[in-house]
Amino acid sequence: MSFLTIDHVTHHYFLANSYKKALKDISLSIKQGEFVALLGPSGCGKSTLLSIIAGIVKHTSGEVLLENKPIKPTDKTIGYMLQQDYLFPWKTIMENVMIGPKIHKSNDPAILTKAETLLNQVGLTGISEAYPESLSGGMRQRVALVRTLLNNPKILLLDEPFSALDYQTKLKLEDLVSTTLKAFNKTAILVTHDIGEAIAMADRIFVMEANPGMISKVFEVPIELRQEAPFSVRKHPKYQVLFDKVWEELEDKEGKTEE
Amino acid sequence: MAPETKTDSQLFQQYKYNLKREKRIIITWQLALLIAFVGLWEIASRLYWIDPLLFSSPSEVTQVLISNMADGSMLKHIQITLFETIAGFIIGTLVGIIFASVLWSSSRFSKIMDPYLVIMNAMPKVALGPILIVALGTGYVSIIAMGALISVIITTLVIYNAFNEVDPNYEKVLRSFGATRWQQFKEAIFPATLPAMISTLKVNVGLSWVGVIVGEFLVAKQGLGYLIIYGFQVFDFSLVLSSLVLIAIFAAIMYKVVEKLEGRLIRSKT
Repeated sequence: MSFLTIDHVTHHYFLANSYKKALKDISLSIKQGEFVALLGPSGCGKSTLLSIIAGIVKHTSGEVLLENKPIKPTDKTIGYMLQQDYLFPWKTIMENVMIGPKIHKSNDPAILTKAETLLNQVGLTGISEAYPESLSGGMRQRVALVRTLLNNPKILLLDEPFSALDYQTKLKLEDLVSTTLKAFNKTAILVTHDIGEAIAMADRIFVMEANPGMISKVFEVPIELRQEAPFSVRKHPKYQVLFDKVWEELEDKEGKTEE
Repeated sequence: MAPETKTDSQLFQQYKYNLKREKRIIITWQLALLIAFVGLWEIASRLYWIDPLLFSSPSEVTQVLISNMADGSMLKHIQITLFETIAGFIIGTLVGIIFASVLWSSSRFSKIMDPYLVIMNAMPKVALGPILIVALGTGYVSIIAMGALISVIITTLVIYNAFNEVDPNYEKVLRSFGATRWQQFKEAIFPATLPAMISTLKVNVGLSWVGVIVGEFLVAKQGLGYLIIYGFQVFDFSLVLSSLVLIAIFAAIMYKVVEKLEGRLIRSKT
């Protein structure tokens, strides 16, 4: 049964003198607990698609359904992680993490304990009174993950959350996010332009092409790779095989758009 | 190892000494300039290089200040002008921030208001003085209004711009949590622009002085601006200059206080 359904979604960007079809006729469905990746060149509308799912951007036509109901941004169903952590520099780590409950005016005392547990789980102990500026990029992105998870979203949208980090941190964080999401059985959509990252983390990969943004091909990640943590996936013999196939697909599309 | 660490600390001592020396040179020059200016003024006045009746002299100005301070009359004028300036400054800044928030809350409203804000900003606010006096009377209310009016529009524009320059991704994060527009304002927009607000305070200090002094020129019976006009009318330029000296001193003090406040607020917020 489909958990998230995107049904013939089309989106236009309108400017004063022109318009652009950012997304054309996107249809896909995602099962509960599945991790999918949207992979494509810049300008293929993959981030726009995430914003549409989040309900932040209103699409021109089509339907987005979560458990057969349209998504409203005021529901606590969506967790969003962006390229950068966007922690509020004037709030302590704990205040940053607690922003979701604060917005929903939740007075549940258990939530504070949950926040502390989550921070410990991602390896951040004893920093709840610190300010974001004293943390490294990787630590800050982990705080952002906790902030998102604390809200207990049904679906996580990851908009290139590792792209601003150095390579080592990125690999470690991929492992952490992947295992954490698996542990909570979360459904997630990862937007990326990094083929390796898509293969390492996702169960399915939607390759997109630009002008207009469309899904050009879907790759199933072999079951052997899905069971591994991202870091070990990269060392698996089947990884390179899939990498080459995805690479070819992307090259193909790029050649077509350049003509 | 030992001799090397000694050189390190010696280098550090040398560096600290140079820093202190540089500071001393700068202060010496600043004092020298002040003394030279005051001295030259006094000499020029005594030797009739300048007309002492028009330009007075430091000794005359000091005399006037001392005698007016002693009988308490000057203190009254200082109090009134200071009160008007601080009130105008606070009202102008607060109303400006409120206007900016209202503009931010509706982009359509801000577009509608845009040409009017441009006109009001371009217009010299002191030209409205006579109208203010007609509307609000000849008391200190119109003078405070003048001090506020002169800073309110520019505050609105600067703060509204600062609101719009906040990284939209902060709003995106909050919206993904389902925050209302007011919550976005409270949690992201307002705290992110606090430094910009405090730097407009520094500009507004100077502007409020302009508004209040002009207001006193027009209507007041008391205050430092009134003393300047009065001194001018009775041709007592020692009085004019001593009022000017007082304005300079208090304006500088107010600026420094705001600067201190800025340092403290920004440190406590980050």
